[in-house]
Amino acid sequence: MPQEQVRWNDPKTSRYLNKRIPRVDGPDKVTGAAKYTYDIALPGMLYGKILRCPHANARVESIDVSAAKAMPGVRAIIDDISKTARFAGQEIAAVAADTEEIARDAIHAIRVTYDVQPHVVNTRAGRNDPDRVGDPAELSEGADPSTLWSQAAAVIEAEYYVPVREHLSLETHGIVFRWDGDDKATAWVSTQAVHGVAGGLANALRIQRQDLTVICNHMGGGFGSKFSAGTEGSVCGRLARLAGKPVKLMLDRYEEQVATGNGPDALMQCKAAMTADGKLLAIEADLWGTNGPGKRWGVAFPYRTVYNLPNIRTRSHGVSTNTGGARALRAPGHPQGNFLTETVLDELAAKVGLDPLEVRKKNVLRAVWREQLDAGAKGIGWERRNKTPGAVSGRYLRGMGCACNTWGGGGRGGSRCDVRIGSDGSVWVGIGTQDLGTGTRTYVAAIVAEDLGLPIERVHAEIGSSKLGQSGGSGGSVTTASVAPAVKMAALAARARLFEVAAPMLGVSAGDLECADGRVQARRNPSNSLSFEQVCAKLPPGGIEERGEWNRSLQQSGVAGAQFVEVEVDTWTGNVRPIKVVAVQDCGYALNRLAVESQIIGGVIQGLSMALFEDRKMDDPTGRMLNPDMENYKVLGALEVPEIVPIVFETHDKVTGLGEPPVIPTAAATGNAVFNATGIRIRTLPITPRRWFDALEEQS
Amino acid sequence: MAEKKGKRKRLSRRQFIKGAGTAIAAAGVGGAILANGPRTETRAKEEKKRTPAQAGAVDVTLKVNGETHRLSLQPRVTLLDALRDRLELTGAKRICDRGTCGGCTVLMDGKPIYACLALAVDAQGGEITTVEGLGTPDAMSRLQKEFVEHDALMCGFCTPGFVVTVHAALKQNPNASMNEIREACRGNICRCGTFNRVFEAAYATAKQM
Repeated sequence: MPQEQVRWNDPKTSRYLNKRIPRVDGPDKVTGAAKYTYDIALPGMLYGKILRCPHANARVESIDVSAAKAMPGVRAIIDDISKTARFAGQEIAAVAADTEEIARDAIHAIRVTYDVQPHVVNTRAGRNDPDRVGDPAELSEGADPSTLWSQAAAVIEAEYYVPVREHLSLETHGIVFRWDGDDKATAWVSTQAVHGVAGGLANALRIQRQDLTVICNHMGGGFGSKFSAGTEGSVCGRLARLAGKPVKLMLDRYEEQVATGNGPDALMQCKAAMTADGKLLAIEADLWGTNGPGKRWGVAFPYRTVYNLPNIRTRSHGVSTNTGGARALRAPGHPQGNFLTETVLDELAAKVGLDPLEVRKKNVLRAVWREQLDAGAKGIGWERRNKTPGAVSGRYLRGMGCACNTWGGGGRGGSRCDVRIGSDGSVWVGIGTQDLGTGTRTYVAAIVAEDLGLPIERVHAEIGSSKLGQSGGSGGSVTTASVAPAVKMAALAARARLFEVAAPMLGVSAGDLECADGRVQARRNPSNSLSFEQVCAKLPPGGIEERGEWNRSLQQSGVAGAQFVEVEVDTWTGNVRPIKVVAVQDCGYALNRLAVESQIIGGVIQGLSMALFEDRKMDDPTGRMLNPDMENYKVLGALEVPEIVPIVFETHDKVTGLGEPPVIPTAAATGNAVFNATGIRIRTLPITPRRWFDALEEQS
Repeated sequence: MAEKKGKRKRLSRRQFIKGAGTAIAAAGVGGAILANGPRTETRAKEEKKRTPAQAGAVDVTLKVNGETHRLSLQPRVTLLDALRDRLELTGAKRICDRGTCGGCTVLMDGKPIYACLALAVDAQGGEITTVEGLGTPDAMSRLQKEFVEHDALMCGFCTPGFVVTVHAALKQNPNASMNEIREACRGNICRCGTFNRVFEAAYATAKQM
């Protein structure tokens, strides 16, 4: 059955939508009143702690928990989580105790003997071992590149590397679990999928899905790593069952960084060619990378969703290593594939001797990128760039680079939203989604406030519980385009009920009514009106409740973006300082322009962080992570963050998600800017002083 | 910021443990040390013999947000854990738990410190202010209002730390420039990427002071 065609509110007359809406949960967050999973405390609550294998590849030979069991205050022990460990940090045993300190003591009192096996923890080492390399995924399109090199105006051949990066969510993974009887339970989980976790965790604990309530009112970052409750989730549920008390199990920073996911690396050997007029001619590449112990792996190379690439041969090889498994990390596979593609493109443009901006405009698939590239070039002042990279001398050199992105961001069916209006005039909206920091709760409230003509403070928006209407996990930038249409449809349905009640009161047909400024009024004669409360007083005593389902016509998939980065390179030290970033990003109808800008700025900051700092270091001899903390796993901070100009580039009036796309092109644009500044090409991320000197040596 | 670093030195756990005459050097390397991260292992080894864990608890008096609290705590309990787990003041967050990220920043006699690097027993006698002491959702401080207006928060987990840090910086220097604000925030890490808007919120507040 075709769905009703619905449109978003006209920005010319809207009060909230497509405007700048401060977050409704902002006051709670800036005063410390917002309760995250980490902040939950229940009466009689115990603290859980996990024992993790220190070896990268080992089998448990024996485990002795007697000393731990004998410790006063220890209430439950699990010693069978895993008999093997495929990375240093895998879960082996767990305890619950009266205090966190006792739980830690007990963990250290457990004696485990391991049969330790040889390990491999880095892609470069693993790719030489045939047993560790999966069957290559091959991509073959157009002519064989080897027949085309001779026709090219420029050919480059080089090795590139993007390291493993971490999510580094500030709130670690964790859970507070309480049994409410033998087969019912409540779990507070730091998650980006309350419904998904309810299903997964109920299965793991062998209870009915509807008997487990999962709550996540606020969560301190996920970035793709928090779709499931993880091993720690089911362990916490088991500990709580054994102890007969609620248990809180929050991972510590070390655990967070070794065991809760990462974004895989990408090592590439590539040969590519361009014609004299700046058209990409051919790409041939071998790629390797590790997702952890498994062999499946892949990144978005070459970036064919933006550029026209006619003749391609690539082989991608997954490498099994003894490291923590990868998880989706903000635009999985894209920042890597984008860096590789955009760097190759930039190198070829330089070799042919063309303006890299013009080369991009020649090769993009759709006109939207040409418009965005022009907008970004104007924003950054592209005409100020070095026309001849490497021609300028001096200690501090400035340059500019650019790169393009794309993403889906369309919605998925299945979200259900409920709106209740009480006969006292109270308005409640509920949907089982969650707010990762993107501002979900705020637009849920704003959509309802807009259509009911009420101040946003009058709408109580409830999200973050699996007891609310079904909605999907927040990943793939699909949340807004999945949730917002269902909320809009629920709001419209509730408003229609109000109009039915108001119509006879005002003597006009329901179709001629509107809601505005806290009143229900005749559209053609606004003075013929009733207050919202007067209409609500005539509702049935229990008020009304209306459900909205996802509506396809309110959303759309497919976004485009272009970013420009200006850097200053200290050629004596190799320090790269970002000066300014202009980020042009399409997102359709921006429900909340303030939050959209924040999302773009945040993506750019993570992209710069990837470009300049982030690098998970695995130690070959010991098989352990060398920087499982926040001082050695470096991220961009207050001193490095540059001026960032977000340009919200709306190409249509439907809603599209943009959580992920802004992070994609920043690293590539940064590397290209370093080249533009200095004439030195750095092909390995992050661009640290060490890489600068390596590149100087290599290219001299 | 200088205060924060200075304070951190004075109250570091390492020094406390050293001072208590315990042999942390014996922790060594090898298998067990990484079982839950090197630091906790070091600490736990020393404390195992003191179980039951509440053994050795001492009376601690903390003055927080103007209220006096009497607690019975082991000396190893950090100020952060005492605030969060004993006093239910969960605004200060435990993120890195080793003085890197600033998420646990509170004021000690008006100066910002990392509560994860202070021991509760050492925090006695001082006036402690947490983010809860700077305003409430219904009565936010000027700075907190500007944070909301400028969208200087996303997931919000680092936000209380930034609010406290900036509050102290503006108290010390009401005419702070954008660069001075940036400097003040260098001990705080945000992962969502709110820095620019934190600076803007702080600057807008400074202009009104």
